[in-house]
Amino acid sequence: MNMRNIWFIMKRELSGYFATPVAYVFIIIFLLLTGFSTFFVGNFFERGEADLYPFFSVHPWIYILLIPAISMRLWSEERKNGSIELLMTLPVSVFEAVLGKFLAAWAFTGLALLLNFPLWITVNYLGSPDNGVIFAGFLGSLLMAGGFLAIGACISATTKNQVIAFVLSLIVSLIFVLSGYGIVLDFFSGWAPTALINAISSFSFLTHFDAISKGVIDIRDMLYFASVIMVWLFANAIVVNARKAD
Amino acid sequence: MTLRIEIEDLAKHFGAIKAVDGVSFSVKKGEVLGFLGPNGAGKSTTMKMITGFLAPTRGTVRVCGHDVLTDPISVKACLGYLPEGAPAYADMTPDGFLRFIADIRGLSGADKKRAVASAADRAQIKTVMFQPIETLSKGYKRRVGLAQAILHNPPVLILDEPTDGLDPNQKYEVRTLINEMAQDKAIIISTHILEEVHALCTRNVVISNGQVQFDGTPSQLEAMSDYHNAVCVSVANVDGNAFSIFLNGLDFIAKVETLVANRGFRVYPTNGRQITLELAQVIRGNGWEIDSLYAENGRLDEVFRTITMGATGSLRSSI
Repeated sequence: MNMRNIWFIMKRELSGYFATPVAYVFIIIFLLLTGFSTFFVGNFFERGEADLYPFFSVHPWIYILLIPAISMRLWSEERKNGSIELLMTLPVSVFEAVLGKFLAAWAFTGLALLLNFPLWITVNYLGSPDNGVIFAGFLGSLLMAGGFLAIGACISATTKNQVIAFVLSLIVSLIFVLSGYGIVLDFFSGWAPTALINAISSFSFLTHFDAISKGVIDIRDMLYFASVIMVWLFANAIVVNARKAD
Repeated sequence: MTLRIEIEDLAKHFGAIKAVDGVSFSVKKGEVLGFLGPNGAGKSTTMKMITGFLAPTRGTVRVCGHDVLTDPISVKACLGYLPEGAPAYADMTPDGFLRFIADIRGLSGADKKRAVASAADRAQIKTVMFQPIETLSKGYKRRVGLAQAILHNPPVLILDEPTDGLDPNQKYEVRTLINEMAQDKAIIISTHILEEVHALCTRNVVISNGQVQFDGTPSQLEAMSDYHNAVCVSVANVDGNAFSIFLNGLDFIAKVETLVANRGFRVYPTNGRQITLELAQVIRGNGWEIDSLYAENGRLDEVFRTITMGATGSLRSSI
C-alpha cells in the first residue's frame, strides 16, 4: 500500500468539500444541531453537572442524519460523472482509493466535531469537569463517526444515485444504532435466548459508544469500531471493483 | 523492446453479449494505431481492458512488458489514458486537477511544476487554468483530459475519441500534437472520423461485432475501396457518346460511369492498378485535349461501411 497515494487522494477529496458551500453548510448545521440538543434535549444546565454527557449522548442520532449526507457522494458521484474510470486507471490500488476517500470524510467529520470546542470551554468555565472523560467522549464520538462513514462509503459505491445512497445509509445506520436500544432489546427479551440478545446488543454502536463516552476507554470497544470500519471498507473495495464499470 | 502493447485473444462478455470477442493485435513504438469501428463495436471496451479498468473475460494484455492482470499498477504507470467523454473532477480547476494527477504519477517539486506547465502548454489550456472545469466548454474539457493523459510523458497513450466535440481548428491542433508525440510513443486512438485515418494514423484496426475485421495501413484500407485508383476524366470539344465508346473499348478499363452535369466520366481500372498515365497517353494519342484527369484514392466511408456491415468477399465483386 502506497501511503503517498492515500494522502493525495485524501487531499483532493478534502479540497473538494471546501470548493463548494457543502462543507460550510454541513458544519453550521452540525453545530446548530449539537448545540440545540445539548441544551434543550440533554438539559445541559438543569442537570447541574460539569460534564459533556448531554452533548455526547445525542451524537448517534445526529450522525444517523448527517453522516450519510457526507458519505453519499464519495463514490456515487465518481460513478455518475465517469471520473471513476480516470481514478481507477491511475497507478493506485482500489484499497488506496477507498482509504483515501474514507480518511478525507473522516477528517472532515473530525474537524466539525472539534469545532464544538466552545462547549468544552463553557463547561470548564462553569465548573471543573473530568477532562479525561471529555477526551474519551470525543474519541468515542470520532470512532463512531468513522463507523457510520464506512457504512455510508460502502453503500455509496453501490449506486450512481446520491439520494438512494443517502436513504440506504440512513436506514443501515439506524439499524446499527437501534439494535442496542431498550425497545428493540425488549422485543427480543421475552423469548430469545440471552446469548442472542447479547449478540444483538453487542452489534450496536450505542452499547460501545455509551461506555466510551462515560470515560471508560475499553480496548474492546475501540476494537469494535475499528473492525466495523475495516469490514465496511473492505466491502467498499469489493463493491467498487465489481461495479465501477456499470 | 519495440512492442509496447501486445493483445492476445482478448474477450469481454457481458452475459450473453459478446462486446469483444477474440481481439489480437500489437502496437510498436512510433506507431499511431487508429482504432475504427461503428458505435458499440467494442472499441471502448477494448481500451478499458488495455488500461486495466475492466477485467477481460479471457485473453491477455501486456503494456511495456507488464501483464495487466498480474501487475496492473505497472501497466497504469506507463500509460496515459483519455477515457471516452474525457471525465474529470468538475469542481476542480485544470491547475488543481493536473497537480493532483502529477502527485499520483509520482512527480514532485520542480518536476511536477514543469510537467504541469508543459502539459497545459501542449494541450493549449493555459488560459483556463484557474476556472472550474465544470464551467469550461466541451473543447476545453477534452483538452484538459488530453493534458492529464500526456502529463507524465508516458511511453504508451490510449486516447478514446480525442477529437470528439472539437471544432475544426481544435481538431487540427490536437492532431498536430499527437503527430509530434508519435515518434517516441506507441499510441492507440479510437475514432469514427475517417479523415483522421490519414491525418493521424500509421496503421488501422477496424473492429465490428467485437472482432477484428481489418488490420493494415491506411493505404491498404483505401485500396479495398471500389474507387481505389478509379480515374475521373473529361476532354474538351468531344462528343460525350464518342468518348464513352472510346473509353469502353480500352482493355485496361473495367467499367465506365457517367458523372453528373457533364463533368466527364469515372473509369474503373481492371485489377485495381494505376492507369492515370496510360489513360492520358491514349487520349492524347487520339488528338484530344484533356480537360481534367485525376485518380481517386479510395473512399474510406464506403470501405468502412462494407467492412463493418458484415459484407464478405471481394469489394470489387460488384464491378
